[in-house]
Amino acid sequence: MAERSFKKEAEKLRLGAGEEFHGEGILAVTKALLQSGVAYVAGYQGAPISHLMDVLADSAEVLQDLGVHFEHSASEATAAATLAASVNYPLRGAVTFKSTVGTNVASDALANLASSGVQGGALIIVGEDYGEGSSIMQERSHAFAMKSQIWLMDPRPNLPSIVKAVETGFELSEASRTPVMLELRIRACHVHGRFTARDNVRPSFTLKQAMENPVRDTNRIVLPPASYLHEKEKIEKRWPAAVKFIRERGLNEFFAEDAADIGIILQGGMYNTVVRALELLGLADAYGESRVPLYVLNVTYPLVDEELRRFCTGKRAVLMVEEGQPDFLEQALHAILRRADLQTKVLGKDVLPKAGEYTGDVVLRGLRRFLDQAAPLLLPPVLPSGAAEPGQPKVPAVTAAEAQVHPRPPSFCTGCPERPIFTAMKLVERELGPHHVSCDIGCHLFSILPPFNIGASTMGYGLGWAGAAALNARDSSKRTISVMGDGGFWHNGLASGVGNAVFNQTDNVLVIVDNNYTAATGGQDLMSSRAENPLRKTQNSIENAVRGVGVNWVKSITHTYSVGQMRDVLKEALTTPVKGPKVVIAQSECMLNKQRRVKPLLRQAVKDGKRVVRERFGVDHDTCTGDHSCIRLSGCPSLSVKDNPDPLRKDPVAIVLDSCVGCGLCGEVSHAAILCPSFYRAEIVSNPTWTDRLAATFRRWVIGIFQNRIDRRLGVSA
Amino acid sequence: MDADPPKAISIAIMAMGGEGGGVLADWLIDMAERAGSHVQATSVPGVAQRTGATIYYVEILPDADSGGAPVLALMPMPGDVDIVIASELMEAGRAVQRGLVTPSRTTLIASTNRVYSMTERTAMADGRVDSGKLIEGARAAARTLLAADYARIAEQSGSVISAALFGALAASGRLPFSRSDFEEAIRRGGLGVEASLRAFARAHDAANGTAAEAPPGEAAATFPRLPAEQREAIERMPDLARETIIAGCVRLLDYQDAVYTELYLQRLAKFDPSNTPLLAEVARYLALWMAYEDVARVADLKIRRSRFARVAEEVRLGKDQVLRIREFLHPRPQEIADALPAGIGGWLLQSSLLRRLTAKGRIVETTSVSGFLLLYLVASLRKIRRRSLRFAVEQERIGAWLAEIAETAPKQPALAMAIAECQQLVKGYGDTHARGIANFETVMSALPRLKGKTDAAERLSKLRQAALADDSGGTLKTAMAELAP
Repeated sequence: MAERSFKKEAEKLRLGAGEEFHGEGILAVTKALLQSGVAYVAGYQGAPISHLMDVLADSAEVLQDLGVHFEHSASEATAAATLAASVNYPLRGAVTFKSTVGTNVASDALANLASSGVQGGALIIVGEDYGEGSSIMQERSHAFAMKSQIWLMDPRPNLPSIVKAVETGFELSEASRTPVMLELRIRACHVHGRFTARDNVRPSFTLKQAMENPVRDTNRIVLPPASYLHEKEKIEKRWPAAVKFIRERGLNEFFAEDAADIGIILQGGMYNTVVRALELLGLADAYGESRVPLYVLNVTYPLVDEELRRFCTGKRAVLMVEEGQPDFLEQALHAILRRADLQTKVLGKDVLPKAGEYTGDVVLRGLRRFLDQAAPLLLPPVLPSGAAEPGQPKVPAVTAAEAQVHPRPPSFCTGCPERPIFTAMKLVERELGPHHVSCDIGCHLFSILPPFNIGASTMGYGLGWAGAAALNARDSSKRTISVMGDGGFWHNGLASGVGNAVFNQTDNVLVIVDNNYTAATGGQDLMSSRAENPLRKTQNSIENAVRGVGVNWVKSITHTYSVGQMRDVLKEALTTPVKGPKVVIAQSECMLNKQRRVKPLLRQAVKDGKRVVRERFGVDHDTCTGDHSCIRLSGCPSLSVKDNPDPLRKDPVAIVLDSCVGCGLCGEVSHAAILCPSFYRAEIVSNPTWTDRLAATFRRWVIGIFQNRIDRRLGVSA
Repeated sequence: MDADPPKAISIAIMAMGGEGGGVLADWLIDMAERAGSHVQATSVPGVAQRTGATIYYVEILPDADSGGAPVLALMPMPGDVDIVIASELMEAGRAVQRGLVTPSRTTLIASTNRVYSMTERTAMADGRVDSGKLIEGARAAARTLLAADYARIAEQSGSVISAALFGALAASGRLPFSRSDFEEAIRRGGLGVEASLRAFARAHDAANGTAAEAPPGEAAATFPRLPAEQREAIERMPDLARETIIAGCVRLLDYQDAVYTELYLQRLAKFDPSNTPLLAEVARYLALWMAYEDVARVADLKIRRSRFARVAEEVRLGKDQVLRIREFLHPRPQEIADALPAGIGGWLLQSSLLRRLTAKGRIVETTSVSGFLLLYLVASLRKIRRRSLRFAVEQERIGAWLAEIAETAPKQPALAMAIAECQQLVKGYGDTHARGIANFETVMSALPRLKGKTDAAERLSKLRQAALADDSGGTLKTAMAELAP
């Protein structure tokens, strides 16, 4: 089950020919897969392509009707290897993951797949997690395509173009017997638009047919001598076939080709940004009618030399708009023009930045510089508003306001069960001093930010313990702590981390954060999820797996909010004389998902007149002294500050906002860290029973007598 | 107007993860599509869904009949944004910082509520940024600023902020849609429609400046029931210090009794009333120190009727609901011994009884009879407070601090003020209090070296701020080392 239900979106997958699809780019891709007669889809979730997986997971019926097989792969490597089905059989298959991280993991299988070549169309849909909103290292998928000779599509970011890229991508793959990578930037995945749907198509060849009529061909297996043949085949047959297909089908687009003696060559994904910049310079209109020639690379690898020569012939200068680095396209263009002895001047990463996202203003500035140099007469004498060069002096009020803005990085959600793990680590740090902490990928990586400031490195998904492998000196008086989420654990951490630690006799500590979901990617189910999932086999125990590979010292904490218990177990793991790997499994359900699951049920129960107890915490402002230790040990979004109502005090006091879900951490922290007596837990009983009411009345009566006495002392009229 | 080529209306929504920026974008898309406009929306939610700052970006081209499909941008271009909607004041500041708000172009709809950043919340004293500066900056940067506390409007309407912001957007008049188009979009959304429409309407009024004024703030402090001679002493105090002194008396009468307020006023009488700012600050900090937090005080505050009512209000207790309140208490042995007469306290500290009793934190239900009576008993220790160990210690510390201020005041009034302000370091319970006292003493230990120097006040204040910079004491240690002659 993903973070939210996608049943509504799943309905859109049923749209037939002529009907209009409205929705997100990544959903359009999903629909396009079904329109293309795909036989199987697999992948590993992660922004920005999670929704493709989530929608298919909620579309079991549609898939069944069409005979499409869908898998949640164990990792991106699994997903890529799944495409092996298209090597020997005319099956169209698609896999998806986040890139470049997922492509890194998948690259072993991708390289083998590319070497073997495919018979059925094989599409790799990568969500290019680059620029604003990205959570990973800033690299390009382009290099993977080049090194393995996988064709790379980068369509214009509108739904019809994206859908067309999926459909022609399969054809290109089949025509050139090569897997095709479809690259979609974050915003393109999330862009809301529309396209005219076509009917879904059942796969012409089925998985059943393949299984019942097995085929093998040693020439398609990566082993000498076939592997040498593959390399030649790529260059001599598949590449030319791809170029021919791209040219004949017009996959790349020319706009206003002869409008001027300069031009712009751009990645398809950059099209809308470039056109907007032209519009602001008065060189295009809102409908993309440009006065500057454009050559749009909807396929960025391989390049079609002939088309580039054609575009550049007769042009004094061209600008290459290529996001990311290194500047593969620009270098290739230089080489192509040099070979053709064309003297067209090439500008690119000299007027545009060498690295970083090509946002609107970056492209606008680059374009202006290009036009200043290459065609100053094209620029209007007075630039329209909006295109004015930034950097004008700011008024003092604006500068003063800007100084008030803090960064607001992501953080643990309200009531997150991972927060108390790091609170406990903070408390252990107070007693035992700092330890080297090796982090992993997942929500738990937020520990590196304030208020916890815990963690020294992160080496990749599931690689938390592997990242501390070298720090395994026998004579150290301190152990290292590694962190791994349940997602990373099942992805590869069981072997790369736990198995490795057992085999190499580590004496260090691993904390596995077990929250029932791959929470950071949108709350999808995984091997150890507690929930029943009709499509998957869940409820496989992490502890059994860990013990199964040979760890003897394993402790499971089934309620991470018990900070004292959490602290004591960590302390024990760090100080026990027992040698060997130590694993602490910290289990509590992801609160975001729990609330999504529980809240509607509770609301319904209250409506139905059932007795429901809601818990939340609060702070008494008159005992709070405004030191905020509690916040420094928690950082919960629901634990904030407010003006001190006390006329004598200036420092703000802590306040628990109504978004509190009553996880209990505040109380546990104030106990474990001996903070202050200001926290209370309020239990609000809806639809109380008659015993509840009777007891409450009795208590109020007794307590009231004493409260009257207090009021008399204070001079309050009761 | 005819000469202008058609151009998309650009709208940037500055939001925080999980805050409903997506809902707002969805309503916009739905409304624009219904009206036959071209609309495109994008976002970069990703990891920012976990409480981080994020932007939703929408473009609408109303002229849908001509020219086929437009090419719309996927991200806001600084200088080219028509409407910026910020669901929080610092996010409005972020939009200004990113250059998205321009005086020639942008209508900025900003909710003035604050969702404090981690840096602001974790500060040891007051780390909050200046809201006034954010609002002034927003006003200076925008063509039109529609600022109101849309979060409160939403809350008062039982809805979410997206509905209120949608109302303000309708009021801005920058979109070619009628009010009923907006309301229909909310209705089609289908969730919490009535409450959303209420929030929409109130925010619409607020953005137009037709909303009713907010209720007035709290009334001034009432004069405490004090003996006549004390009242007269207060009346003689300079006007500008009197408010604070009254608040101090209210606090100490509540804390102890009129004898204690007498001591307070006597202590203040030693200060020259012509230096009113110093007198006012001493009055503030002296009252806080004299009303130091101990177990009796905590229990006393927890069991009051007014406090029960406050909790009920804070948790929005419904008429038919029952409320139970459980306190998380973890006094240290020292704190219990402190509240008892010196002899008993000392003896108890020797025995292991207290340690065993306080090894773990306790949860006490104040709304139960037994829990209430337990705290009532502890609160009654107030009556023997004067005989307690802690009382003697605190009065001695207070005496030394006051003497230092009084001695310095005639020669170096600014330094005297800085000494008075050092009381800010002494607060909290348990470890926090111990750390505070230690910091206070460290800072005060620098005083002999500072006296007589022209920048003494400034340097002492710097030390105080260093003590508040982190809770490990690192900054203070460095600052002290730098101070060395």
